[in-house]
Amino acid sequence: MVSFFDYAIEILPEMLSGAWVTLQLSVVCITVGIFFGMILGVARVYSSKFIYWIVTAYVEFLRGTPCLLQLFFIYYGLGDMGLLLKPILAAGIALGINTSVYQAEYFRGAIQSIKPGQMVAARSMGLSKWKSIRYVILPQALRLVIPSSSNEIIYMFKYTSVAFAVGVPELLAQADLTGAMNFRYFESYVVAAIIYTIMVFAVAKIMSTIEKKVTIPGLQLAQ
Amino acid sequence: MEILRILISELPQFAKGTLVALEVLAGLLIVGLVLGLAIALAEIFGNTLIKFLATTLRKFLWAIPQLVLLFLVFYLPFDLNRMLAAIIALGLCSSAFQSQIFRGAILSIQSGQLEAAKAMGLSKPKIIFYIVIPQMIRLSIGPWTNEFSSELKDTSLAYVVGVVEIMRNAKYIIAYTYGNTAAVYLFVGILYFTLTRIGTSFFYRLEERLWVPGFEKRSG
Amino acid sequence: MSTILEVKHLTKKFDDNEVLKDVSFELKKGETLAVIGSSGSGKSTLLRCLNHLSPPDSGQILLEGVNINTPEIDINSIRADMGFVFQDFNLFTHLNILENVMFGPLRVRGLSKKQARQIAAAEIKRVGMIDKIDSYPAQLSGGQQQRISIARALALKPKLILFDEPTSALDPELTGEVLSVMTALANEGMTAIVVTHEMGFARSVADKVIFIDQGLIVEQGEPKIMFATPRHERTRLFLSNFVRLE
Repeated sequence: MVSFFDYAIEILPEMLSGAWVTLQLSVVCITVGIFFGMILGVARVYSSKFIYWIVTAYVEFLRGTPCLLQLFFIYYGLGDMGLLLKPILAAGIALGINTSVYQAEYFRGAIQSIKPGQMVAARSMGLSKWKSIRYVILPQALRLVIPSSSNEIIYMFKYTSVAFAVGVPELLAQADLTGAMNFRYFESYVVAAIIYTIMVFAVAKIMSTIEKKVTIPGLQLAQ
Repeated sequence: MEILRILISELPQFAKGTLVALEVLAGLLIVGLVLGLAIALAEIFGNTLIKFLATTLRKFLWAIPQLVLLFLVFYLPFDLNRMLAAIIALGLCSSAFQSQIFRGAILSIQSGQLEAAKAMGLSKPKIIFYIVIPQMIRLSIGPWTNEFSSELKDTSLAYVVGVVEIMRNAKYIIAYTYGNTAAVYLFVGILYFTLTRIGTSFFYRLEERLWVPGFEKRSG
Repeated sequence: MSTILEVKHLTKKFDDNEVLKDVSFELKKGETLAVIGSSGSGKSTLLRCLNHLSPPDSGQILLEGVNINTPEIDINSIRADMGFVFQDFNLFTHLNILENVMFGPLRVRGLSKKQARQIAAAEIKRVGMIDKIDSYPAQLSGGQQQRISIARALALKPKLILFDEPTSALDPELTGEVLSVMTALANEGMTAIVVTHEMGFARSVADKVIFIDQGLIVEQGEPKIMFATPRHERTRLFLSNFVRLE
């Protein structure tokens, strides 16, 4: 056991640098995901028939395919066609796109659970459709979406580990690397698991704090 | 269209990969179901110690990324074959999610019904077997279908420990038919999408068949 | 008539709150006992103590002369002998009407499916619901659900039935159908304890009335006498609220 702790401390600098990359990658793709998820979600509820079908097809297709595949398509597929992205950029785009379609579904659900009377009331005051969405619907939807959205955020945080498959030096890749250098794979992965666990618990704590801060009495997602 | 010819000639290979993916899927879902149900029942009906242990286990399995657990199991000090390692690791992760599904379903059963069963003189195991489980199945089949489709896609993670599933197949084909990467991956995407659709529509139909008045129906 | 149930010095506390204080009464075979009192008086707790849904703290409950308030007793077999009808019905939502009523004979009594079905059909007929045999609880009105839950209790062939405010959750226009089923049962000689706010039922159907206030039995006796000339001031006050309403 002592040797495990010695080893863990020995590889800690590498592991923490990986954790830092994980954190940065997560922030990028989660931000991308929420931004595009919101747009896609609004488009699925309020846009014209034509755009609705395009968005729906896009969202449904991406929801039906693995994240790893999307990553390989963007990194190897586009690379093969001459557009070779840096691994970290490819991962940011692929994971951001992946999480945005799930966020889109949560936004859609949240928007649809807002009572129709809210839109009617906004319109009857002379607000345009987009202004009504911007000032009345979205502020409510953003609050309603938080529980499911934060689950997706935590899920995506863990899922950034797939970026190791295209060579991004994040936490899992660092575990792999230190494991290979010292031929102590299992122990390296245990260290990675511990760091992930601590970070995931921290992210979950932050999300639940935000959730509590922004709740409005009486405003809840319809069950 | 060179690429079409290649894809058609590789169809048997893809069929094999699909079969492997489905085996991994079935295996991990069963592991996740058994352990997930056990965790859920322990968290609800267990005594303080059992409850604590079950909750702790669930939280850790939930917090560790699938890939990390996959490598952990793969590099265990004793030899496991790749497929079995993938099934166990992904199954463990799935159990954390499945237990939440079952727990939510059980807790939404009206407590009055459990009391009514108790008042009729039914023992605890019988109440679980005849009242809790049948209602839990109906209440959890909707969210469980989501878990199914997310695990179907996550069988692709078994790629990283060298299970020859769909992604690994695609990699081989790309390697010896140079220059078709995007097209092959697009085809693989369509394959996964189709599998997901077939799978979920099967569970929708099952839900429809098990439905009785009084249970909420998903709109779709 | 023989005594079927004898309750002696029953007490029950929730934390520091004494909900039942030294409650004693007895019930003869075939009698209908109405328990009345304001909300929170302890009357529902009394009922739930009898079949140990809330185990009493002390006292004796003698069912056909055997004390069932001891740890050695198999409470499940006792519960099967005491039917219980809930305020909010609590039918099993995943089972249809026939399956709900068959459930007791099949899963508690261990009878064959055929026997269970015969018993269930007879009890469903008795409460006048035979045309709804294939429906599910969610498709029935509250009154209909309560009639089925009475049939479910009857199908166990209990020695007595405990009714816990069986009409309190119902709209006024639906209470009649449930009360008439209960009246018919009383006339057929079913032994029952009915916790109720229906003073009309208590006065005209019950053989005996108990008035509970703050966990104490204030007064018990024949309904006609108690309703006409209550001996205690608290009983008189309680009853006067209802007289005005009727």
